[in-house]
Amino acid sequence: MTETSAGSLVPEVGRLVIRFAGDSGDGMQLTGDRFTSASALFGNDLATLPEYPAEIRAPAGSLAGVSAFQVHISDHDIFTPGDAPHVLVAMNPAALKTELGTLVDGGTVIVNADTFNDRNLAKAGYDHDPLEGDDLSAYRLISAPMTSLTKEACKDLGVKPRDAERSKNFFALGLLSWMYSRPVEPTLEWIDAKFKGRDLIVAANRTAFNAGHAYGETAELSDHKVIVRPAEMPAGTYTNINGNTALAWGLVAAGQLSGLPLFLGSYPITPASDILHELSRHKQFNVATFQAEDEIAAIGSALGAAYGGHLGITTTSGPGVALKGETMGLAVSLELPLIIVNIQRGGPSTGLPTKTEAADLLMSMYGRHGESPMPVIAARTPADCFDQAIEAARIAIKYRTPVMLLSDGYLANSSEPWLLPDVEDLEPIPIEFASGFNQVDENGDEVFWPYLRDDNLARPWAIPGTPEIMHRIGGLEKQDGSGNVSYDGANHAHMIALRAERIARIPVPDVEVSGDADAELLLVGWGSTWGAIAAAVRRVRDSGRKVAHVHLTHLNPMPANLGEVLSGFPKVLVPEMNLGQLVRILRDEFLVDARPVSKVSGQPFTPGELQQVILTETGDDS
Amino acid sequence: MTDTLLPDGGTEDVPVTKRADWQSDQEVRWCPGCGDYSILTALQLLMPDLGVRREKTVFVSGIGCAARFPYYMNTYGMHSIHGRAPAIATGLALARPDLDVWVVGGDGDMLSIGGNHLIHALRRNIDINILLFNNQIYGLTKGQFSPTSERGKVTKSSPIGSCATPFNPVSLAIGAEASFVARTHDMDRHHMQEMFRRAYEHPGASIVEVYQNCNVFNDGAFETITKKDVRDDMLIPLRHGEPIRFGTEGQFGVARHDGGVEIVEVADVGVDALLVHDEARTDPSTAFALSRLAEGPDRPTPVGVFRAVDRGEYGEAMRGQVDQMESDRGNGDLRALLHSLPTWTV
Ligand code: SF4
Repeated sequence: MTETSAGSLVPEVGRLVIRFAGDSGDGMQLTGDRFTSASALFGNDLATLPEYPAEIRAPAGSLAGVSAFQVHISDHDIFTPGDAPHVLVAMNPAALKTELGTLVDGGTVIVNADTFNDRNLAKAGYDHDPLEGDDLSAYRLISAPMTSLTKEACKDLGVKPRDAERSKNFFALGLLSWMYSRPVEPTLEWIDAKFKGRDLIVAANRTAFNAGHAYGETAELSDHKVIVRPAEMPAGTYTNINGNTALAWGLVAAGQLSGLPLFLGSYPITPASDILHELSRHKQFNVATFQAEDEIAAIGSALGAAYGGHLGITTTSGPGVALKGETMGLAVSLELPLIIVNIQRGGPSTGLPTKTEAADLLMSMYGRHGESPMPVIAARTPADCFDQAIEAARIAIKYRTPVMLLSDGYLANSSEPWLLPDVEDLEPIPIEFASGFNQVDENGDEVFWPYLRDDNLARPWAIPGTPEIMHRIGGLEKQDGSGNVSYDGANHAHMIALRAERIARIPVPDVEVSGDADAELLLVGWGSTWGAIAAAVRRVRDSGRKVAHVHLTHLNPMPANLGEVLSGFPKVLVPEMNLGQLVRILRDEFLVDARPVSKVSGQPFTPGELQQVILTETGDDS
Repeated sequence: MTDTLLPDGGTEDVPVTKRADWQSDQEVRWCPGCGDYSILTALQLLMPDLGVRREKTVFVSGIGCAARFPYYMNTYGMHSIHGRAPAIATGLALARPDLDVWVVGGDGDMLSIGGNHLIHALRRNIDINILLFNNQIYGLTKGQFSPTSERGKVTKSSPIGSCATPFNPVSLAIGAEASFVARTHDMDRHHMQEMFRRAYEHPGASIVEVYQNCNVFNDGAFETITKKDVRDDMLIPLRHGEPIRFGTEGQFGVARHDGGVEIVEVADVGVDALLVHDEARTDPSTAFALSRLAEGPDRPTPVGVFRAVDRGEYGEAMRGQVDQMESDRGNGDLRALLHSLPTWTV
């Protein structure tokens, strides 16, 4: 092993950001995930961000094939996977090449030295060995021959050397576990459970893990050893959850709370497919998952199920939403409950399927033909996806309307500790199906009007199978009340106004200003930017400066007090992962001089970036 | 599936109904003389005989002249969007196996914009009855060639003739693994009713192609085969278990030939050489060969049930999986789900 040092790393007190990077085949997601779980059990607050290559099988060792996983662990509550990592684990030259730029100056680089051979260096585009020259002089380098040490450790187990090599990520995990004082037992137990029945693999992974751990101890890396103490968190039981799993569970919960069977119509699409996968595993909750022939059939089948009295859901990403537009319009016209989940990704077109972006807000608000209003809500953190899935169902059911629920690729795959709610505390969602005539016609006969309105301007949910009240609905304009097809212009104008009003009237909670209500500058965010904005605002305020933050969960309709809040701040900035979509709506709705802060690089904002924006904006030159 | 909070028709006997009970209060608005009228009448007259409840019957349609159908039936109905009726009906039928779900649409609706949904509904064997009104033209948009229009068809959008080969809907359905495929035409109420009844009785997806005259934009498209005085010589009735034979005197028949089938004169080959129709044959190749006998409605054309095989219905299998997970794991326990990943307590 070689070790060079250039200044010493002093990680910010109490927190540490580690980035695991390697070839897609190196198991970096698994390694990162395990490190995260051990940290969670240890009691740290944390946040993670996995990043996958878009190609299924990019050539081994290539830059395109690098897969990374970032974890931020802390002794206090944190909101994001962190800014620049303090530690980079690079399992091959390509990983080093693509990821080094993200590392803080003076950060630690841990490499698998065995992979730095001519072939791999060439594939990564290096014309020299970066471990030899000055490339890494600004960092602390720990260069360990992980492959050969793993093979050596496993040689008496009867594992073939090629197979033993596969365990090298556990060597890395063992080394990291030692350096950062992670508990060992949970990981060993996890290996036993995960690879149960495959004894040789269990033995190789355990051996590699222990070898990595021992390597840290015996190679005198003690000056690298760092402890991140447990965070003080509210009492309760926690689990580490990513956004897609939380969202799927939220949908299951909505089914339980409403007593409705769930019907998911979905077509596979990155990064939304995991919701389909997750729900497919929980049919015992009266969940039907239907993998449709295309995006249009996915929403069509969900709408058909909703017509039949089930909780209809379709899950997709931006390109899929574009295809579903016409059926959403039909759902608006039919006034049936339906949930459309959009896990946004980089666009336009196929764009960046595995990278995050939040550029579908305007499409969600306006992306249907005709005047076609629909409630839109967005989750702010991975765990919040659970709550917002229930909220989407609540709105859809109560107001008989399709609802757009927005998440994004970042929330979908990143994770955070989630204080599990008490199931008994979740509020039931009441259901009422029409059961009989609701009107008397001019002849004095009892009849059923499918478009008669309740106090919320919602029409009855009248499902087939109900005796007496057979009726026809459709996408043609209908007479308000009777629901009969109507081409009358005045009625059409009335229906357009009514459809707008019934959505605009949906009560949503007021926004709360966090930070300094008397600040000059207000940041307004929506969706997953919440974490980075909140962290940046905290840092700026910790430094004694004033700034305020407002977050929007409900984007349509917007909170009633928003206009008043906005008008109380001379400067309003709107950070978004698009070129400025919410900012347009705010300017349009409230005539405020709100300005955009954009990021469209496929990665979420970091707190540091926004901190800089705030400092510049508040006139600080530091 | 477990309780669904849904109203149940109960076990009482289905009330006796008459045609008028199946007619909605909406004025029927097809062009006078349109073939759709006779199809509507045939079905409204048949429904009382099927012994079903109106509230358990749903008609789902897309867009087009044919798609107006649900408005005229005093049942539940949805007039949806162009091409999507099979997809919407799929969700409804899967969610509500207690319902009888019918899908009605034209050739443009079902074979062009909605072709994908049609073939997948057939392939999956969703328990729906599909009535495909084929008039070989776009009617509602006023006369463009459709996916079943013959090559060279002169229309507003093809002033010197269309360039495309048409679909043969029966061949397409058989190719899409349909378990029930039939053809009928709007000039023969009795035959239509027979086919509709069979479609209704078939478990899984059934499709009936109905040759339908659009007297405004494609008048007489099927006259050469469906007119009363030519019918006997131009329509080949398919009857399960019987030799396939037609002609005023029964002088023609269908026999196997060169891996397919061909039309023969009975006098030449003898009755024993005629193909005995077997709609239940698992291998679809003979049914397919029969569908290829006529390229268009100008040659002797088979009508009747081409194929009727029992094969697993999708919804049953889907609900079976719910039941299986319920019996393996018990009814869903939300608290247990939330605690199913590693947890820790602070
Ligand atoms: S246009 Fe043709 S198909 Fe349409 S209603 Fe008129 S006659 Fe019938």
